[in-house]
This record gives sequence, structure tokens and C-alpha cells, in this order.
Amino acid sequence: MDLGLTEEQEMLRKSAHEFLAKECPKKLVRELDESDMGYSKGLWNKMAQLGWMGLSFPEKYGGNGGSFLDLTVLLDEMGYNIVPGPFFSTVVLAGYTLLEAGNEEQKKEYLGKVCTGELIITVALIELDGTYDATSIDTTAKAKGDGYILNGTKLFVPNANVTDYMLVVARTKKSSNPDDGITIFLVDAKSPGIRCTVLKTIARDKLCEVVFENVKIPESNIVGTLGRGWPIIESVLKKAAVAKCAEMVGGAQASLDMAVNYAKERVQFNRPIGSFQAIQHYCANMVTDVDGSRFITYKAAWAVSEGLSADKEVSMAKAWTSEAFKRVAVLAHQIFGAVGFTMDHDMHLYFRRAKAGELAYGDADFHRNIVAQQIGL
Amino acid sequence: MDFQLNETEKAFQKKAEQFVLSAMPPGYTDRCLYWPGAYGAILEFEERDPAIDRFRERMGEEGWLTMAWPKELGGGGHSFIEQAIFAERLSYHRAPGTDISTLIAAPTIMRFGSEEQKKEWIPRIIKGNLRFWLAYSEPNAGSDLAAIQTRAVEDGDDLIVNGQKIWSSGAHIADYAWMVARTDMNVPSHKGTTLFIVDNKTPGITIRPLINIVGFHSFNEVFFDNVRVPKKNIVGEKNLGFLYLMVALDYERLAIAIGGFRRQFDELVKYVKGATRNGKPLSANPSVRRKLADLAIDIEVAYNFFFKTAWMMDNNQMPNIEASVLKLFATQLSRKLASVGTEILGIYGQLEHDSKYAPMHGQFCVGYLDSISAVIGAGTSEIQRNIIAQRGLGLPRK
Repeated sequence: MDLGLTEEQEMLRKSAHEFLAKECPKKLVRELDESDMGYSKGLWNKMAQLGWMGLSFPEKYGGNGGSFLDLTVLLDEMGYNIVPGPFFSTVVLAGYTLLEAGNEEQKKEYLGKVCTGELIITVALIELDGTYDATSIDTTAKAKGDGYILNGTKLFVPNANVTDYMLVVARTKKSSNPDDGITIFLVDAKSPGIRCTVLKTIARDKLCEVVFENVKIPESNIVGTLGRGWPIIESVLKKAAVAKCAEMVGGAQASLDMAVNYAKERVQFNRPIGSFQAIQHYCANMVTDVDGSRFITYKAAWAVSEGLSADKEVSMAKAWTSEAFKRVAVLAHQIFGAVGFTMDHDMHLYFRRAKAGELAYGDADFHRNIVAQQIGL
Repeated sequence: MDFQLNETEKAFQKKAEQFVLSAMPPGYTDRCLYWPGAYGAILEFEERDPAIDRFRERMGEEGWLTMAWPKELGGGGHSFIEQAIFAERLSYHRAPGTDISTLIAAPTIMRFGSEEQKKEWIPRIIKGNLRFWLAYSEPNAGSDLAAIQTRAVEDGDDLIVNGQKIWSSGAHIADYAWMVARTDMNVPSHKGTTLFIVDNKTPGITIRPLINIVGFHSFNEVFFDNVRVPKKNIVGEKNLGFLYLMVALDYERLAIAIGGFRRQFDELVKYVKGATRNGKPLSANPSVRRKLADLAIDIEVAYNFFFKTAWMMDNNQMPNIEASVLKLFATQLSRKLASVGTEILGIYGQLEHDSKYAPMHGQFCVGYLDSISAVIGAGTSEIQRNIIAQRGLGLPRK
């Protein structure tokens, strides 16, 4: 058993922490949250220069050959600092879909450009039903000539407003088994017939409605096997759930650190409020949730990284962390009192993301259901 | 990172499991009502059972009691992770495990005791046939241990002890008290308290039972009326008792019966899989499924804290936060497990262990009562939170 990070991972953590503190101050976070684009090209390019997009992808596609656990460490720090933009959608969602399902040509071209930071790409999955279930996929792709015609509406598509490409999950065949007949298409975001509208969301994180109206896609843009897309999506969703947990662990740690620092400084009744047991006990509860989230998340990330069947670990991590981050953020707000309730304060940036993180890639109940199956119920 | 046991650790786990299964008194696992994290339903306190004594002796003979001790002192020199692995298997089978003598007395004597004391006590503790009880708490000194009033006054080669201890678990079946008393009333108690050993058979000691909520005789109140204790029984230096107490807290970090949580949970899941309600399998009930999944996740979190604490100790990191978080979280879980478990059992959840209709020998009903003690004993949840906030996060005391 070895429950520590490697020296390289510690270095990555430290350098990412320092880099983001300098290059992505909260002032920039707010600007990006309030902007239309939702990301900074300058920051994106600097992250690309550090090799972050390719950190966990194989060297032959231009990546650094690191592990999923390495990526987890990075996402933990990105969650701590908050880095608005299409990193998660490009690397975790689309990058891993390409890695798992793309052919060599697609991987060389598109994953290669993901690694260099030249390409912004996302996955268009969720529909009106609002679930991560194959039954909800109603967007159709019908064969016509040497290609397909795409029709449907996708919701909560991350960063579609700035994306170059989308991996669109569409139904190519109606089947009694809803998992069957789903295909992943690589779609140029500039294709005629695509309309994108940014949804106003709690975390201001540029989740979009994307309408596809008779969008033509060449057959060569199928990623993976025709009709066999769903297992790929399931596998990527598992990684996305852990990756989101990593961000949430970082966010929860940041909330705790901010609240503890404030409790040491804020004076009421002639003493720091951190000397009151009520506040101390809030902090102790937060530590329990933060550390509990970290250990369970890293265990899941390790299992994914090792290529083990990690269904139980992943669902345990997401169920726990989804609720833990919310509890931590609420207690942090309680410690900040009125000032934390203002837009000028940083706390709401985390409070918003705790809710968004909870809902992404299956909430706590969704994952508890999986855990129940995994323990044999 | 590697969350799996390595080959050596796996082999060790297997060896530990084999030992526990072969040495446990037959039927004990089922007879035993022990609730994880709690302090009340401990069968071996009810009466001194020769079969349990024999189990402990075997633990001694085969080196399990001293597995953590350095090799040069006759121990096994095992890592904390290996201790954690053994403790997990031991508690999974509800076996009696380490106690005050092995967990607190022996390590403290080895570190602070005289050469004579080491010779006198260590070999007997290693054999597993010596029991200590912890004479710390008093009627007016619970969480505030510094408020103890029991006095030990020097008289020639002896100390003369007067006062009262309470919540004395197992004092009635033990051989010796591991005791603190005030030896200097003119200084703050942390500078005027001494640690010493008292033979239970010394004249002037009266032990009265306190029957706990479960109906077990686990606690006692113990009165000391001019009890003469030879000064050679003082452990370490006079007046430094609190220091030794604080140091000993480090030895107790893994003393939470982590495997017991998984054991109760496994049995609950097994019960649910076999039960029907309203003509439908209980395992198909969405509320039951959600509750069980929730418990499974909490147990995973507790295991993570447990092994992380052990791993940090092996790597020379101080698990100040982690150890208190482990105690806090696991004991809260002790209550939750009992509470949710009895909910799932429905109307049968109220049946005590001697009812023929009681599911799982009434374990959960006993646990529901016993788990009240979990978050109170050995440092209440509130004290643990104080420690995390003040020692862990550096929040000010005033």
C-alpha cells in the first residue's frame, strides 16, 4: 500500500498551484464568468505551453504520457484555484472519447491538436430528459449518401460557444435495447445548421443549448463503431465523474482554507471568531468532509488509472464528494457571514461550483444506485 | 499511489486471518454482541471467560500482541499498515483485541519505565495474561481530565491514595489499575500528576458495578480509601503523568474496530438479500437500497481514514488531524450504522438479542443502544473537533 503522491506528482501540484495563483487570479475568474466566451486565450496558451492538455495522453499523439492520476492532481489544483474555460470538456470529455474510440488518423489529427492546445473540443450528450442514460438520446443521425444528417437538440453542452469541434452522441438505429444503436460523430462546430445558445447556469460555466438542423456529417467522422457508441460514453462518463470529483476536492479545500484564515482574523466580542467552539467545530466538520473527499477520490482515480474495473470506487467517490463539497461550502459561508453573501467576495464562486459539480456526471443518488448494484442488491 | 495491498501485505493479511479464525473460541463471533466504535456491549467484561483468556495467551505466544514492538524488545517490528491490517481482520471477526495492557501500559513502560519495571511487567504483558484497567476519569473530571482530585501522598516507600475513579471499564475483571492521581496540589495539574500502577487486590479498594444502557456490566466506580502503593510502581518521573498520558494517545490512534463496521454491514446486506416485505424482496426497496449504498460509502470513507492514518505513521508524518477525524467520523458512523440498520429491519429492529425473532441475534438493537457511547467515550466528538480545529488547523483557543 502506498497512499502518497510521487515526487513528480508533488512537483506538478506545487507548480500548478503557483502558476494558477499568478496567472489566474480571482479578478480574471470573475471576468471570465461574466464574459460571453468564458475563457482566456492567453491563459489557455500558457497552459498549453506547460503541456497540461496532453499531460495524461500517450506520447505518440503528442502527449506527455502521464497517467490519469497525474491529471487528477492537476484538476485538484485547477478546482482549488478555479480556472474557467474548456479544459475539462476538451481534455477529459472529448480527449478521452477520442483516445478510447478514435481511429489512428483521428487520434493523430484531433487528439494531437488537443495535446498542443490548438483545438477546443467538447462532447454533446445530454438531451431534454436531462439524464445520463441511453434512453434519453433522441437526436438522430440518418444515413444519406456518403454521410449522415443530424437532427436534434442537445443541452448542457460545455463550452459549445467557443468550441471548434463537438463529439455528438446520436441515435443511428432504434432498438429495443436503448444502449444499442448510438453513434459518436465528430462535428465541425462551423457546420451549417448548428445553433448554439449559452444557458444561464449557476456556475456561469457556459453550458449551452445546441440545436442541430439537418447538419451534414461525412461518414469518416464517425468516432468508434457505428451503433456502438454508448459503452464508450459510459467509460468516459466514469472518468469525467472522478475528474469532476478532483476539481471538487480542490474547491472544497480552498473553501476550507479561506474560511479558516478568515476565522483567525475576524474579531467579534474582542476575540477572533475562530476561538469560538461553534466555529471550530464547523471547521472540524469541514476537514472531515475535505479529507474524506480527497481520499475517496484519489482511490477512485488510482483505480481508473490502473485500468481496474472501478465502477464501485467511482460511484462512491462521486456520491460522497457531491454532497461533501456542498456541506463544506455552506459552512464556509456561515463563517464568512454577510460579507460572503456579496458578489465582491470569492466564496460564491465556490458555492456555485459545488452545486454544478454535484449535478455533473450523475448526482449523489444516481451514484448511490450504482453502489447498491455493486454491493449485490 | 497504490491502494492495493502489496504481495507481502496480502500474505500477511492471510496469515492474520488464519490466526484469528483458528484461535477464536468456537461460536464467539456469533455470540459476541460487540458494536463497532462503542464501549458497552463487550462480552469479555461480563465475566472473565477462560476461553477468551486462552485466545489472548495465544495472541501472546504467537507474537500478535507485540507485533508492533521493536525486534530488539522481543516484538515483531511490523509496520503500522500491517498493524492496521491485523486490527481490521481481528475486529471483522469480533475477536477480543489489544487492550489497555498492550496498547497503553506496555509501550509507556518501554519508553518511560525503569529497567526493573520493564523486567517486571513486559514479559507478563507479552504473554497476554495480564489485564489493566484505565483509572483516569473521575466524577468531576470527564472531558476535563485536568480536574482530577484523587490524591497520592508520599509516605516512606509508599504512596497513599485517596479518591474515586469512574467509568472504569473492566476494572472488575482486571488485575491492575493504570492510574493517575494528583501528587502536588500546589501547581497546575499538568505539572502535579503522577502515573502509577496499583494492584487491584490492595486493601482499601472498593469496586462497584455500573450497569450500562445495554444491560452489561462494563463500567465501575472505584473507591480508593488509604490505599498503599509502593513507590516503585510509579511510571516515569513523579509529577509528569500527564505528559505520559498525552504521549500514549499516539498509541491508540488505530484502536477503532474498523473491521467491525464492515462485518455488521455485510451481515445487514446478507439479511436484506434474504428478506421479503409486502411480498417483495427487501433488496428491491429503493429507500433500503439508498440507505445501504450510503452506509457502504461511509464505511469506505472510514477505512480510508484508518489506513491513511497508519500509512502516515509509517512515513513519519504526524496524523494529528487524521487520527481525530478517524475517531470522530468512525464513532458518528457507529451511531448511523445502528440507526439506519434498525430502520431497515423495520418493526423487528426493536427486538433484543435474546428474542427468537430478532434478526442477526439482535445485533443492531444492541448496537442502537450501545452506539450512544461511541461518540462519548475516549474523547467526545466535541473534544475531537476541538483538537482538529486547534491542533490541526491552528485556530486560537482564546
